[in-house]
Amino acid sequence: MHQLTLAEIARGLADKRFSSVELTTALLARIAQLDPQLNSFITVTEEQALAQARAADARRAAGEDGALLGAPIAHKDLFCTKDVLTSCGSKILTGFKAPYDATVVEKLATAGSVSLGKLNMDEFAMGSANESSHYGPVKNPWDLTRVPGGSSGGSAAAVAARLIPAATGTDTGGSIRQPAALTNLTGLKPTYGRVSRWGMIAYASSLDQGGPLARTAEDCALILQAIAGFDAKDSTCVDQPVDDYLATLGQPLNGLRIGLPKEYFGAGLDARIGEKVMAVVEELKKLGATVKQISLPNMQHAIPAYYVIAPAEASSNLSRFDGVRFGYRCENPQNLEDLYKRSRAEGFGAEVKRRIMVGTYALSAGYYDAYYLKAQKIRRLIKNDFVRAFEEVDLILGPTTPNLAWKLGEKNDDPVAAYLEDIYTITANLAGVPGLSMPAGFVDGLPVGVQLLGNYFQEARLLNVAHQYQQVSDWHTQAPSGF
Amino acid sequence: MQWETVIGLEIHAQLSTRSKIFSGSATTFGAEPNTQASLVDLGMPGTLPVLNAEAVRMACKFGLAIDAEIAPSNVFARKNYFYPDLPKGYQTSQMDHPIVGKGFLDITLEDGTQKRIGITRAHLEEDAGKSLHEDFHGMSGIDLNRAGTPLLEIVSEPDIRSAKEAVAYVKAIHALVRYLGICDGNMAEGSLRCDCNVSVRPKGQAEFGTRAEIKNVNSFRFIEKAINHEVQRQIELIEDGGKVVQETRLYDPNKDQTRSMRSKEEANDYRYFPCPDLLPVVIEQSFLDEMRASLPELPVQKRERFEAQFGLSAYDATVLAASRELADYFEAVNTVCGDAKLAANWVMGELSSLLNKDNLDIEQSPVSAEQLGGMILRIKDNTISGKIAKMVFEALAAGEGASADEVIEKKGLKQVTDSGAIESMLDEVLAANAEQVEQYRASDEAKRGKMFGFFVGQAMKASKGKANPGQVNELLKKKLEG
Repeated sequence: MHQLTLAEIARGLADKRFSSVELTTALLARIAQLDPQLNSFITVTEEQALAQARAADARRAAGEDGALLGAPIAHKDLFCTKDVLTSCGSKILTGFKAPYDATVVEKLATAGSVSLGKLNMDEFAMGSANESSHYGPVKNPWDLTRVPGGSSGGSAAAVAARLIPAATGTDTGGSIRQPAALTNLTGLKPTYGRVSRWGMIAYASSLDQGGPLARTAEDCALILQAIAGFDAKDSTCVDQPVDDYLATLGQPLNGLRIGLPKEYFGAGLDARIGEKVMAVVEELKKLGATVKQISLPNMQHAIPAYYVIAPAEASSNLSRFDGVRFGYRCENPQNLEDLYKRSRAEGFGAEVKRRIMVGTYALSAGYYDAYYLKAQKIRRLIKNDFVRAFEEVDLILGPTTPNLAWKLGEKNDDPVAAYLEDIYTITANLAGVPGLSMPAGFVDGLPVGVQLLGNYFQEARLLNVAHQYQQVSDWHTQAPSGF
Repeated sequence: MQWETVIGLEIHAQLSTRSKIFSGSATTFGAEPNTQASLVDLGMPGTLPVLNAEAVRMACKFGLAIDAEIAPSNVFARKNYFYPDLPKGYQTSQMDHPIVGKGFLDITLEDGTQKRIGITRAHLEEDAGKSLHEDFHGMSGIDLNRAGTPLLEIVSEPDIRSAKEAVAYVKAIHALVRYLGICDGNMAEGSLRCDCNVSVRPKGQAEFGTRAEIKNVNSFRFIEKAINHEVQRQIELIEDGGKVVQETRLYDPNKDQTRSMRSKEEANDYRYFPCPDLLPVVIEQSFLDEMRASLPELPVQKRERFEAQFGLSAYDATVLAASRELADYFEAVNTVCGDAKLAANWVMGELSSLLNKDNLDIEQSPVSAEQLGGMILRIKDNTISGKIAKMVFEALAAGEGASADEVIEKKGLKQVTDSGAIESMLDEVLAANAEQVEQYRASDEAKRGKMFGFFVGQAMKASKGKANPGQVNELLKKKLEG
C-alpha cells in the first residue's frame, strides 16, 4: 500500500479497496519501523492521525468524495499545528505547541487529508542538507551516508522512502526543489503569493513559499489545488483565481517553447547531471516542444544578493524568539539582558546564528546601502531577466542542482560551498516565479533533478509539462532499495 | 548673553480605530491585562500583519487638514530592538516613505498673533505593550493590550521658540485630531504623548545648538514646565563652560526636573528596513477626494469664521474654536440669544470657570446652551442685570430651574424699571446718607465722580441688585445735582 501515489490512493479509497484507517495504520507502522534510519519525523501524531482517518472514512461513508479525503500526508515542522509541537528544527522552540493551525494545514485538513506528523528540517529552514536541525540530520534513503538536501529534507526523505505519499515543504532558496532533486521526487515552489504564509514560521518573508513534495506531478497538483488561493490573513497573498491544475495535466506539449539559459550549463555543473538534463530536453522535443538558448545574465549575482536579503529578513523575523513568551528560556536568568543573550545563544544553532549576524550586519547603519539596497537592486535585475525571458519562451529548463547528494558532514566546515548548491534555485525565489523539480535519472545510483521555471502563476503549465514527461519516463517510479 | 530656544516636537496620537493597526483585537483602554492581545499582538511565530484601512483613512484626513502632501505610495518599515513589551522584537513603523509629508499648522499665541509651524511628516506605526514593574515579586509583568494600537507620529519642524509656543502648538494639534475624530486626545490615558526636542543658541546664531530629547511628556502643563526646566539647564550648563550632549532625557513632574535616560552613544541602531510582510500602501486620488469631502470645518477655518462672522477677537475665536464641542456649544448659545459677543463672554467666563472648578467637559455642562442662551436674552431685554444674571446662572447650574425665566420668576429677580419705584427707593437711600449727600454737594467735580459710586452701591444694595443700573445712575445724578 505504501507504494501508492496520492492519485492511486484516491482511487483506492473511492473504490473502497481500503479505508483511510487501514492505510494510516499501515503507514504509521512503516514510520515506526523505518524512520529510525532516516530521522525524517520530529513528531509522529499517531492518535490524531487515526482520529482524522476515522473522520475521513465517516465522511466518505456519508457520501462525500474528494481527492484528498483520507489521504495521508505530513507537514514540514515550520507549519503551525494546533496543540502539536512546532519546532522549526530548533531548540529555541522547545515545547512550543502552536495555539493555531497554519492556513496550509487548515486547508489540507478541511480537504480531509490525514496528517501523520511533523517533518524534520534544517533549523529555521536555513540549510541545503538538513544537517542543521536540533533534532539531528536526516539521511537520504537512496544512500544513508548522504544528505537528502534541505531545508525540507525530512519531507523529501519521508516521501522518497514511501513513509507517506506526499508532504508539505517550504522553499526560500530551493528548499523544496533541491531536496526533491536529491531524493528523486517532484517538488513545486509556487509563485510568491500563491500559497498563504499564515502560520508558516518565517525565515525570509519576501522569499518563503510553501508547496508540495510528492512522487509525481499529478500528486503535486492534488496538493497545490488544496493549498493555493487567497488568504486575507496574509497581505502578500495574491487575490487571483486558482487554476484547475488537474484539468490541464493532459494537455499536449505541441508548440511549447523551452528556454535553456546558458548560465545554467556552465562551469560548476557536474557534467553527468548536464547530460541527464539534456536527455530530458530531447524527450520534451519529441513531445512537441521547441528549444532555444536564452540568457539570464544576472544569475551570477543571485547568491550574494540572496545571502544579504534572506539573512537580513531572518535577523528581524527571528527576534521574537527571545525567551520571554514561548519556547526555550535559559536557566536562572540574572537580568533581562542575560535572559536574552543566553536564551538565544543556547537556543539557536550555529547556522542560524551565522545568518542572524550576517543579516544584522547588512542592515546596520552605514552598511544598509552597500548591502541591503544593492541586493534589492540586483533582485530587480534578476526579475527583469525573467520577465524578458518569458517574452520569448514559455518555460525555462535547467538542472536543479549542480551536484549529486553529498556525504553527511562533507560541507559542514564550508558554509559558502553549501550556499553554492542553491545557485540554480535561488533566482526563482528572488524573482518570485514558480519552479518545479522532477526526476531526470540517476548518476552512480543517486537521483538527478531537472528544474522547470515558469512565468508568474503558471503552475498549471509546469505541472502539465512534468506530468507529460512522466507519462514517457519512469525515473519517478523508482524507489530506493530497502524502502 | 541672550539665548534663543529652539524646539521641535514629536507627538504620538493614538488613532481611535476600533481595532488595532495590524490585527483584529479591540483597542479599548483599561481592559484586564492581555485580554486584548491576539496571536498577532503576541508575536506568535507564523502570524502576519494585515493593515487596518481605517488607520490609513485617519492618517490621510490628518494630512489633508495640515495641507500636507499625501504620499501616493507609503511603506511600512521595521524598527528593530529588543524589549519585553515589544513582542516581535521590532516595531512596525514608517521610515523613508511616511504616509504624510510636509505640511503646516497655524497657531495663535497669547497676544493673538498667528505663527505658522512646519510639520515635517506624520507616519503610522504600532504602539508597544506595557511593562509592569509592581506587585510581581522581583519579576516584571507584561501587558500586551496596547501592543499594536495605531499611532500617528507627528513630527514638527524646529520652528517653535518657547515653551508657551510649544503648548500652543500641542493644543492646536490636540484640537485638530479631535475635530477630525481620529484621536480622543486623552493625555492622562496616553492617547496623546509628546517628545520635546530642545536646544538653545545665542540669539542671532544661525546654526542650531545640540539638542536633548525629553521623552513622553503627557500634559500641557508638564510640556511647559519640562521645556522651561530643560532650557534653563542647558543655558546654565553652557554659561558654566559646559557642553550640551545629545541624549534622551526624562521629565520627572514630582521633582520638576529632567534626567538623562540614555546618550547618543547608547542609542540603538534600529536597522530599519521595509517590512516584507506588508506591501506598499498605494493611495489613489479618488480616495483622497473622498477623504477631503468628509473633512469637517477645522479649527483654523472655524476661528476665521468666528472672527469674520461674529466680530470676535482672534484670542476669543481661538479659545472657542479649540474644541469642536465648545465651538458647537458657543454657536448654539448664539443661535438662541443672537448676541455673539455676550455669548462668547459667558461661555469663556462664567461657564468655563464653572466647568474648570468641577473638572467637567463641555458635554457634561450642567447648564445647557439653550438655558444659557435664554438667560442672555433676559439680559439683553433688561429683565435682569449682568450682576443678577450671575445669580441666575448659578441657580441654573444648581438645577434650581429648567430655564432662566423660571429662576427669575421663582426667585423674584426681575429687574425693577419702574421709575417711580426706583425714585422712592433712591429717596430713602439719600435720606439715610444725608451726611454724604452734604459732602457730595460741597465737593468739586473730580471728587464728586469718586463719591458717586458710593451712592450707586448703596442703591443697588437697597434694591437687592434688581434696580436697573442705567436708570439708577440717571435718576441718582438728577437727585444729587438737583
